[in-house]
Amino acid sequence: MFAPLPADLAACPLLWPGVTLAAYAIGTDIQARLHGTAAANPVLIAILLVGALLKATGTPYAAYFAGAQPIHLLLGPATVALAVPLVASLPLLRRSLVGVALALAAGAIISAASGLLLVRALGGSSSLALSMAPKAVTTPIAMALAQDLGGLPSVAASLAIAGGILVAVASRPILTLCRVRDWRAHGLAAGTAGSGIGAAHAIRLHETAGAFAGLAVGLNGLVTAVLVGPIARLCGF
Amino acid sequence: MLKAFLILIAAQLVGTGLQRAGHLPLPGPVLALLLAARPAWRSRGLDPVASGLLRHMGLLFVPAGVGLIDHLDLLRSQTLPLLAGLVGSTLLTLVVTALVMEWHGKLGVRIPGGRHVRPPAR
Repeated sequence: MFAPLPADLAACPLLWPGVTLAAYAIGTDIQARLHGTAAANPVLIAILLVGALLKATGTPYAAYFAGAQPIHLLLGPATVALAVPLVASLPLLRRSLVGVALALAAGAIISAASGLLLVRALGGSSSLALSMAPKAVTTPIAMALAQDLGGLPSVAASLAIAGGILVAVASRPILTLCRVRDWRAHGLAAGTAGSGIGAAHAIRLHETAGAFAGLAVGLNGLVTAVLVGPIARLCGF
Repeated sequence: MLKAFLILIAAQLVGTGLQRAGHLPLPGPVLALLLAARPAWRSRGLDPVASGLLRHMGLLFVPAGVGLIDHLDLLRSQTLPLLAGLVGSTLLTLVVTALVMEWHGKLGVRIPGGRHVRPPAR
């Protein structure tokens, strides 16, 4: 069950970008074959495939992550690129400012408070609860906030990503069940609850959903950064 | 296309510079997103590059996402609070945010001349 990679292959700089790309391509292919089923999320499939490969070859995550930097580095420009659909939706946004403000505030408060209280009620450690509190925001902010609160940054990063995957998989069916018919609401909720991965999902649904999701990622980072400390104190942490 | 990519990278660097200089809580790319969201940017020819990056944005999260495997031990030792906390809190946030936005669009302040942008029926 354990077969290390040949040294010359492991040293090839294109190995991990190539593996990542292949895993994601398999993920999109599987999703397409299942008629776009949300549960067959390509990000989730790719993470499972790459994770299994790392385990099988005994490759430490740090070595993989260093090798996959060319792909990871594109996240920055892609985040900036969310401005493009946002600009296209500016007129719609101007007319929805109050709704966006109310929905974002509600989402940010509920996310931090329910994360803290649920973990504590179910017997989780205080450091897990404090890592859960900022999990809805984009990974780098979640890590910084968890550090400030006394949680574990690396756990917060993993929770942020797992939460994003959950949103990508579950948001369309759940929001349809709740009779949410407005693309703005779909996008804003996906970005608020699932940050970047939620936004990546929303952008594939509809341009307006993607625009509001991108906006939600930015604004929720800001709102949560301000509110999470006071909320944690109010919840007795 | 080359220029569009350069603009995206330059915007990110400006955002990161602002974050460092002002000790702001938002990461550089997110600051750049908020700063760049203005109509003047429409004419810069960003659309082809931006839509290419955004269509496959999920791919870009895979390297960071694989980091989940370093926390499988925590998943074993605190299974219930971790899973139920994450799933419960995330879905609650999703539903509350969407419903507030949906209700506000329906009954709150009337959107002047606005219309609901509805997903197509499936």
